[in-house]
Amino acid sequence: MKKTYKIEVDCANCAMKMEEAARKTAGVKDAAVNFMTLKMSVEFEEGASPKEVMPIVLKNCKKVEDDCEIYF
Amino acid sequence: MNKKQKKVLMRIVVSAILVVVLVLLPLEGYVELALFMIPYLIIGYDILKKAVKGIVNRQVFDENFLMAVATVGAIILGDYKEGVAVMLFYQIGELFQSYAVGKSRKNISELMDIRPDYANIENEDGELEQVDPDEVEIGTIIIVKPGEKVPIDGIIVEGNTTLNTSALTGESLPRDAAAGEEIISGCINMTGVIKVRTTKEFGESTVSKILDLVENSSSRKSKSEDFMAKFARYYTPTVCYSALALAVLPPLVRMLFLSLSPEWSDWIMRALTFLVISCPCALVISIPLSFFAGLGGASHEGVLIKGSNYLETLSKTRYVVFDKTGTMTQGVFEVSGVHHHTLDPDQLLEYAALAECYSTHPISRSLQKAYGKSIDKNRVSDVQEISGNGVIAKVDGITVAAGNYKLMNKLGIDYADCHSVGTVVHMALDDQYAGHILISDLLKPNAGEAVRALKKAGVSRTVMLTGDNRNVAEYVASELGIDEVYSELLPADKVSMVEKLIAEKKEKEKLVFVGDGINDAPVLSRADIGIAMGALGSDAAIEAADVVLMDDDPLKIAKAIRISRKCIRIVYENIYFAIGIKVICLILGALGIANMWLAIFADVGVMVIAVLNAIRALYVKNL
Repeated sequence: MKKTYKIEVDCANCAMKMEEAARKTAGVKDAAVNFMTLKMSVEFEEGASPKEVMPIVLKNCKKVEDDCEIYF
Repeated sequence: MNKKQKKVLMRIVVSAILVVVLVLLPLEGYVELALFMIPYLIIGYDILKKAVKGIVNRQVFDENFLMAVATVGAIILGDYKEGVAVMLFYQIGELFQSYAVGKSRKNISELMDIRPDYANIENEDGELEQVDPDEVEIGTIIIVKPGEKVPIDGIIVEGNTTLNTSALTGESLPRDAAAGEEIISGCINMTGVIKVRTTKEFGESTVSKILDLVENSSSRKSKSEDFMAKFARYYTPTVCYSALALAVLPPLVRMLFLSLSPEWSDWIMRALTFLVISCPCALVISIPLSFFAGLGGASHEGVLIKGSNYLETLSKTRYVVFDKTGTMTQGVFEVSGVHHHTLDPDQLLEYAALAECYSTHPISRSLQKAYGKSIDKNRVSDVQEISGNGVIAKVDGITVAAGNYKLMNKLGIDYADCHSVGTVVHMALDDQYAGHILISDLLKPNAGEAVRALKKAGVSRTVMLTGDNRNVAEYVASELGIDEVYSELLPADKVSMVEKLIAEKKEKEKLVFVGDGINDAPVLSRADIGIAMGALGSDAAIEAADVVLMDDDPLKIAKAIRISRKCIRIVYENIYFAIGIKVICLILGALGIANMWLAIFADVGVMVIAVLNAIRALYVKNL
């Protein structure tokens, strides 16, 4: 399953870090951050529920970039 | 400017004024330090906070850390002014960067502002109701008023209008549309109210597909972006350790081996300067921005590129392979001449159109179209269709035979061969040969110019592949100035031809295949870059191709290549410029020639210039 979320982040480098952090989260198969459209598209592993995974994605992103937000 | 940016601007102004005042005051010692801490904290508290958090979260080497270490270091060494100034200019640069990015983001989203917000449906009371386009089912009648965007693909059932397709195709000429015609979502209805029966769901409509494509385009990273990601990963730790070495090693060497005074503060200052210079922001920000601007500019011109990696490959195009029908020709058959006629050509055409009036064959239709007037079927009788040969009918009492040479042979009539290329309809009136009508697929008006433009853009070899017969193929190729032509190919042959061509070219030269996307999917995906043209409304083409030309103008092929070249050139300019300046300044800094002020330029100045340069990629209109 693939879902797209609106995000807020200040710099391109931080967006890159968010992408990496999201990708490493359990339950996420692949993630891509588009800094320019401020969107993160997340492909979830089979059986993973976005509702449970997304808060962890946000937590991991906050770790690498304090000043970011994901709207889900 | 948004709220966040305004807040930063306020902080910049306040602390800048404070610094100026403090510099003018005769201050000394701890009082000076204490007073300078006020503007320093106003401008830098968030950076310091982020640096501390970074250390806690084990994300040590980022630019916040660099700035925090450099400024704190400068302040400890007693250079209060420099410490605050570095922080101040860093924030100015960041603000500028975020403003510029926000601005170009807005520009681009305005360019691509084709997302319809609602669809009008008539409810039971006959009133219009605005609903979410997502909720409209297939087969629903929607109403589109002048000035509104067409929200969903469908067929016009009532009304005539003019459509503005510029957001989709970059074509500024409006297009007329009438009842019975297909209509594509994303167009703007300009003049009349129309009723449309939807043929697709919103999510499957052209506009959704295009938006999806544009929004996801930057998730396919180019090599230069990958390079930057890797570069940043190793770069920052490397410069941090180098700076540490610069601060510690030379003084130790001086002290232990040369018996000179260590001059700690001088070397530490050099190391801090080194740190400020090294900040990789210029590259990390400008490269994705260039690609985004390039893709955005291209989509505004009706060239959708599916990712920055394709932009990169496209810029290296040396071979262009075309499909013929629908790509270089219009794919519509039209009467292109009447030859050897014994009576007025218009009259001959009239007889032909009448004789063929019951046929729906494309050839018959093109005859009827060329005739142009409405056909009175009462004038026609005794129609006899001879499959594979033609038609014999009585028109106004005259026996008209219209067909190919086989028909003429059958009737024992002498005919004149045609030297032009195309389909020939021989005509005989009362068993007397009356001339022939030539019907051919017309070249696109810009096709010849398109081939010349490609050559000018550095394409070394142009090849045309077609399933059509050799005569027609060679005629089209020579007319357009295409280097090579292979005719009478089956779709599978086209794939093997493209594979052969790919094997012949050098590694760094890229091959582009251009087709109309209808049955070219295998070839489109086999080529280095597949370009589908005239793809409005064709899902298969949008899916299979890497680059989609929204209208069917072949000139856009060369334009797409020029856009990609400009974008890639800007990316490399920024890489060389930023790394070049940084390396020079780093060396000067290590030697003690560059001071903190030059370091600020190397960081913020270079970033601002690189960002401005990157935004240039957006302007591709006159390429």
